[in-house]
Parts: sequence; C-alpha cells; structure tokens
Amino acid sequence: MSVPRYWRNIPLYYRLEGVKCRNCGRVFFPPRRTCPKCGSPSLEQYTLPRRGRVLSFSVVRKPPRGFEYATPYVIALIELEDGSSILSQLTDCSPEEVEIGMPVEAVFRKVREDGETGIIMYGLKFRPVLSGEK
Amino acid sequence: MRKVAIIASGMCKVDRHWGLSLKELFSRALEDATKECELPKIDAVIIGNMCGVDLSWQNNIAPLVADYSGFPSIPAFRVENACASGASALLAGYLAVASGIHDYVLVGGVEKLTEGVSSDITLALAKAADAETEIYYGASFVSLNALLMRMYMERFNVDRHPFAQFSSLMHRNASKNPYAQLPFEISVENILRSEPIADPITLYDCAPIGDGAAVVVLAPLDEAFKHSDSIVELAGIWCATDTIDVASREDPLFMRSTFEASRNACKMAGISVKDAQVLEVHDTFTITGFLSLESLGLLPPGGSPTALEEGVLSPGGTWQINLSGGLKARGHPVGATGVYQAAEIHQQLIERFPGVKASPAEIGLTQNVGGVGSISVVAIYRRVK
Repeated sequence: MSVPRYWRNIPLYYRLEGVKCRNCGRVFFPPRRTCPKCGSPSLEQYTLPRRGRVLSFSVVRKPPRGFEYATPYVIALIELEDGSSILSQLTDCSPEEVEIGMPVEAVFRKVREDGETGIIMYGLKFRPVLSGEK
Repeated sequence: MRKVAIIASGMCKVDRHWGLSLKELFSRALEDATKECELPKIDAVIIGNMCGVDLSWQNNIAPLVADYSGFPSIPAFRVENACASGASALLAGYLAVASGIHDYVLVGGVEKLTEGVSSDITLALAKAADAETEIYYGASFVSLNALLMRMYMERFNVDRHPFAQFSSLMHRNASKNPYAQLPFEISVENILRSEPIADPITLYDCAPIGDGAAVVVLAPLDEAFKHSDSIVELAGIWCATDTIDVASREDPLFMRSTFEASRNACKMAGISVKDAQVLEVHDTFTITGFLSLESLGLLPPGGSPTALEEGVLSPGGTWQINLSGGLKARGHPVGATGVYQAAEIHQQLIERFPGVKASPAEIGLTQNVGGVGSISVVAIYRRVK
C-alpha cells in the first residue's frame, strides 16, 4: 500500500470514523458522500463505539497475500453498541474460543507488513471483553 | 428499442489450461460457436474479464483478443464488474443492439486464473470487496461468504447438510457436461468431510479455480432468422448494485442487487420470476446458491434446504437450476462465468446443450453476481418458435 493511501485512511484504521445520516439515522463505515439507505446528502462525521458483539465469523485458513503470518485468523462481522456493524479481524483469542454473541472491544494492533522495505500497517482489531470488565 | 436475439453460442471446457493464453482461450470458444452457425459479419466485440490485470499482467484485453481472432478495425472494449463481468458484457451488448448502433455484437468472457499462485489468486478475487476496509484486515472472498453461511445456519437452524446436498446435486449435473471443470459425482458424506477453507466453508462448498472462455452472438431479432433457424430472444436484462461492503447492509442474507435485477428484468420480459423453467444461478459457494435462489424471489428466505429436499430444483423439477453444474462444478472462470450461463441457457432452449437436458422449456433465466452481492445482472431468455 502506498504511504499516502495509508495516511488518508488513518481516521478509519485508528479511530473508526464513519458517518451518520442526519435524515434516517443510519451509520455507515466506511463513510459515504450520500446515504445509501435514504439518499440524503446530509451526513455528519460520527465515531463508532469501540464495543460490540460478534454477529458472525469465519476462520481464514487460505489467506490473501500478506496475511500468511497470522493464519489461521478470524474475520468477524461485529454489531457495535449503537446497532451499527463493522467488519474486522479478531485478536487475542484462538479461533476455537470465538462464538456468536461474544462481547468484543477494539484494540490497536499491527495488521501487516508490506514486504521488507514497505510500510508497517496498523489498525483496530477486536478482542474478547474479559469477564469482569463488562 | 429493437428486440435482441442470441443466434450462436460457444464455450471451451473450464479447466487448468496451462498451455493456453487469454487470447487463445477466447478463440477456442469462438471456434466452438462456429460449429453450429456460420457467423455474420461482426460489428463490435465486448469482453468480460476480471483478473487479466492482476494475474496475466494484461490490460487492453479487447484489442488483444480482437486482433488474435480476426476482428480488426471495429469497436471493441472490456467490461469489468468483478464476477459479474460476463453478464455485464452481455448487458452492454444488448444495449448496443437494442439501440440500433450495432447489428451483430460478439459478447465474450475470458478468464485465466491459473496464471498466479494461490495467495495471488485469493488476493485478486478479494479485490471485488472494498480494498481500503474489508481487504485491509485480511478478509478473503471465501471468508466473507463464510460469514454469511454461518449467519444462515444460525438464523434458519440448519447444519452443513443441505449445503452439501446442493454441492452434490451440482456435481451430478456437471458429470454429464463436457464443458465442466469437475465432471464427477461426489457423495454428501465426502463433501461434509472435505478440508476447511474458511470455516464453515469447506473445499466442496467452493467453486474451483479455473480458466475458461465463452461467447454469444447477439443480433436484432428481426434479422436473426437469416442466420439461424433456432432463435432465442434476450427478452429482458437488468443490472443493480448494493453497498460495496457486507457490513453496511441491513440484512446481509438478502441480496438486494439480485432482487432488483430480477424484478426489473422480469418486468422487461413481461414474466414472473417463477415462470422461468431452466435457470443458471450464481453459486460461487453453496451459500451463494441459496441466497441467489431466495433473493431472486423463487424461494422464501430460508427456503432452499426444503426446496432441495423436495427435488423442485433438480432436473425435471419446477425450476431446473444449474444443469451445467453451476459455478460449483462447471467451474467459475470469473469474468467469463456470466457468458457461460448465457450460452448454456441458449443451448438448453434450442435443445442443443450437450449435458443434462432440461425438460422442454420456453423461458430461461441467468443470474450473475459480482462481489458478495454488491452487483448482480439477471437476464431472461425466451425461445422463439
């Protein structure tokens, strides 16, 4: 990934900055210029909550190039506390521990390296919320 | 607007064609089409292709194949809409003929997936998703569909068994198709035992990686009889999109793009989707097959397992689906798949398909999906007596 492309996506990768429709209230991540649901052009910047629960998940065993180091890893669809959804990778747990409904929270992690000389990419993955912390 | 007909179709066997390039694959499909019909003078060439840039390091594919196959100095272009590139090329061809701009349009799809190693192919296919968000965290195309399969299993309280039944039916159909990549039967038990790729998706839930090419020739319906005595009208065709990413959908198990494309294509053709008798639907994964059937409006949500059990989707059933073996077993040379579907339905309706034959049918349907439902093209075909 080019440095400028990475740099301009930092609000998404580090801070979960999406948009909320002022008309219908739906939240979209990544952001849109126009609401895909109601067509309203009136959207405000909106930071998604960092906690939620697993809606569904899959265990990647044949990864795309760049993710061989992490295999097997879990890709999950997560419903956040405000009812919006996000797709991310789970971390700090083995695939066997994951189940639908599991509470999770965002945590800053390394995502991948772009070869020997490329940039190191970071982002927010989700980990299980430890019992007692809820 | 003029009415549009398909007057010829051709395919090459989907396979790992180590010895053939993109342009050679295309010319093989073209040769196949000329076996049954002497082609008229072609006015334009439109090619569906997805991965040529990533895997063959080749852009500008339309002039490449036009040059090699003998179509110099006419309009030619490539259409890319991920796995729906083939049917999108068909739509572009339809528009060109219906509008009166061109009379005879050669619509093709060509794909060469075996040019890369596994992780390169996985990455090339994943690019149908949103590169800056979904792919960023390592989602593969399989894993996005696996999320949906788990959700389906949870919501409708089914295990992997109906998915394996679907796969087994596809292989049974493909076993008679000389163009199929995986022409063999496999039992439900063996499918259930296959290797996990992205849980809960296992190897035999997936379409294979392969190379292929297919063509159809479009003509104005009024002129079609000059060239062939067995004519199929392309009676309706529509394309629709959905959000590029799965997380932004209200219900990820509803393919809105397919629903809208189906509704509008049927309206153009003046039919109800349930009138279609022979169908080729998009089943990259077994779960995609279920969601396709349900989102087209043929079956209610969660209705696929029961329909399979009752046999309504089998040869001779109410809706004979994927007699070719579908993407699952005929194969899925991604940007060519939509053209394979069109060629198969054309040959079914004129009763020349060399594999499992439909009980005589008048109306056919194809549904071709790009990404995880972010775009769909649905086409309706009618046999002209």
